[in-house]
Amino acid sequence: MAHVIAKPAPAGKSRAPAPERRAHPLRNVLLKRTAIGVLTLWFVSILVFAATQVLPGNAAYAVLQNTATPQRLRALETQLHLNRPAVAQYWAWVSGLLHGNLGTSLASGASVSSLIGGRIVNSAVLVIAAGLIGTLLGVGLGVLAAARRDSWLDHVLSVGALAITALPEFVVAVVLVIFFAALVWHLLPAVSVFTPGQPPWSSPSELVLPVATLVIVIVPYVFRMMRASMIDALESDYVEMARLKGLPRWRVLLVHALPNGIAPTVQVIGLSFIYLAGGVVVVEYVFNYPGLGAELVSAVSDRDIPVIQFIVLILAAFYVAVNILSDVVSLAASPRRRLPRS
Amino acid sequence: MIAEQLPEQPALLPGGPAGKRREWLAVLRRALRTPRGAAGLSLAGAVVLLAIIGPVVAPHSSTAFIGLPFAPPSGSAPLGTDVLGRDVLSRVLDGGWVLLVLAASATALGVVAGTACGVTAAYFGGWLDNIIMRTVDIVLAFPPLVFALLLVSVLGPKLWLIVAAVGISHAPQVARVTRAAALDVCERDFVKAAQILGIPARKVVTREVLPSLTSVLMVEIGLRLTYSILVIAGLSFLGFGLQPPAASWGLMINENRIGIVANVWGVLIPAVLIALLTIGVNTFTDAVARSSLGVGRRYSDPTQQLGLAVAGAGQ
Repeated sequence: MAHVIAKPAPAGKSRAPAPERRAHPLRNVLLKRTAIGVLTLWFVSILVFAATQVLPGNAAYAVLQNTATPQRLRALETQLHLNRPAVAQYWAWVSGLLHGNLGTSLASGASVSSLIGGRIVNSAVLVIAAGLIGTLLGVGLGVLAAARRDSWLDHVLSVGALAITALPEFVVAVVLVIFFAALVWHLLPAVSVFTPGQPPWSSPSELVLPVATLVIVIVPYVFRMMRASMIDALESDYVEMARLKGLPRWRVLLVHALPNGIAPTVQVIGLSFIYLAGGVVVVEYVFNYPGLGAELVSAVSDRDIPVIQFIVLILAAFYVAVNILSDVVSLAASPRRRLPRS
Repeated sequence: MIAEQLPEQPALLPGGPAGKRREWLAVLRRALRTPRGAAGLSLAGAVVLLAIIGPVVAPHSSTAFIGLPFAPPSGSAPLGTDVLGRDVLSRVLDGGWVLLVLAASATALGVVAGTACGVTAAYFGGWLDNIIMRTVDIVLAFPPLVFALLLVSVLGPKLWLIVAAVGISHAPQVARVTRAAALDVCERDFVKAAQILGIPARKVVTREVLPSLTSVLMVEIGLRLTYSILVIAGLSFLGFGLQPPAASWGLMINENRIGIVANVWGVLIPAVLIALLTIGVNTFTDAVARSSLGVGRRYSDPTQQLGLAVAGAGQ
């Protein structure tokens, strides 16, 4: 790839050495981050494996508990490859994963891929919807609070954000249920009833409360960061310059200050998405939403180790991917930092 | 991965060499003088007090059946009964202290382990720094709740395991923050002087570096306590904390969810108490950060300078 880019364009215009130089740092960062990400994921897989299969003596016994008979133990040990040395076990597991063979659920006997497939989509819908709405709301409110700094609106928003930041998802969820589903108004369903195979957008009313819970939980983070970085941008010299030139207020705010205010916020938006990956566990459980999180909780109750291993790996992979993406986006969003450091 | 991209950490600490004793008391006093600090501490203090004296003043045993399930409030049961006909008030009074003990232990574990890693990485640098911070990156890939679930799935819902899991999953964030702050301190003259004098590293770290981190550590303790409460209450809500029939606020919310139409108090009161506790701790922490780290003057948001947004959202 480096080879191709290093060559001059085969034909036509030959006036592009400068932009090429500027593209380099970004590409290098992307490559470096991806390499580190893959490495991280590899270590994570070792850790997950060690925690579930090697650490406490015998996972087969943990699964069967008081239903353990010698025959059943031996059968399960063979199924989980427990009768082989740890390195061989790990190798069997990882090579299976890489070949798309995710193993079999111990609880239901179904293949893990058939169990997880539809649920990944459901959880992704939840995370993306909540992430997008939360980002827009957080950025919008942050800009508003920064523009009206120290007004009553700013104070109300800031104190509100401080309070909400500290709330657990299940408390938010339960309060929403009390208000909108059970006691005060009966507007929305309190639990989801669609099956994992059905697309979640086929019953939008069941999406409202789970998404709203997650939005409420992440908005404060985005808001606080956006407000702080907007205030920073609004106090900078170039915004002062734009103001003195007599540009309209909205133009100063949105065209001059916003782009620089948003760059530091990209990291926090990335972190909010990461947070959502953990947040879906509780929220899906509360609303009985058929996603990865609810499945993880029931797999933990059943000690369904192949399912747990795979879901945890997916969540870690999501973390790594979002990290890479937010690094690259925030680098691309701030021209100053894109230049190679001297 | 993320910390590298954040704005450089500015000098956080105004003071020079840490000869001052009881700096943490001064930090607390300063925070208490702000309205946010006073409000936060009174909120959290009230809930803690309730959880401590609750078991003593509870009118019934938290596991005794005193009426029909989900009975509305009455004379003997001012908040009604729960899913099995037990007194909601007694269970509320009895169900807080375990959460507090677990959260405090997990916080202590996370802060001690994280500070040890962070300060070691900053002071010695080089390959040790690299190994520690790469390990931190790996642990960060697990959401704390998921990390705890992973361990619980194998070892069962044991309380020590929850403390260990939550503590370990908080250590990386603490390590990042303390490393950044300690890097700054290690560049100071009084640390350099101590090194030149040939004072052993262990003493330089404990006598010169650590005391200079007091304010940073106090903010970190507050944040970790908030998130420990969130995660542990969450685990308890999911049924992996204190096991029934014992009472705990998270578990109560889950048990009584199906009856909110008949008796809402069994859900609402524990939820409100958890919320007040976390809001109180977080608000007080915010006041500590503002009054002692000098943040809030220019940025008016502590997260900007400390990278606490990372610490927060990463939970």
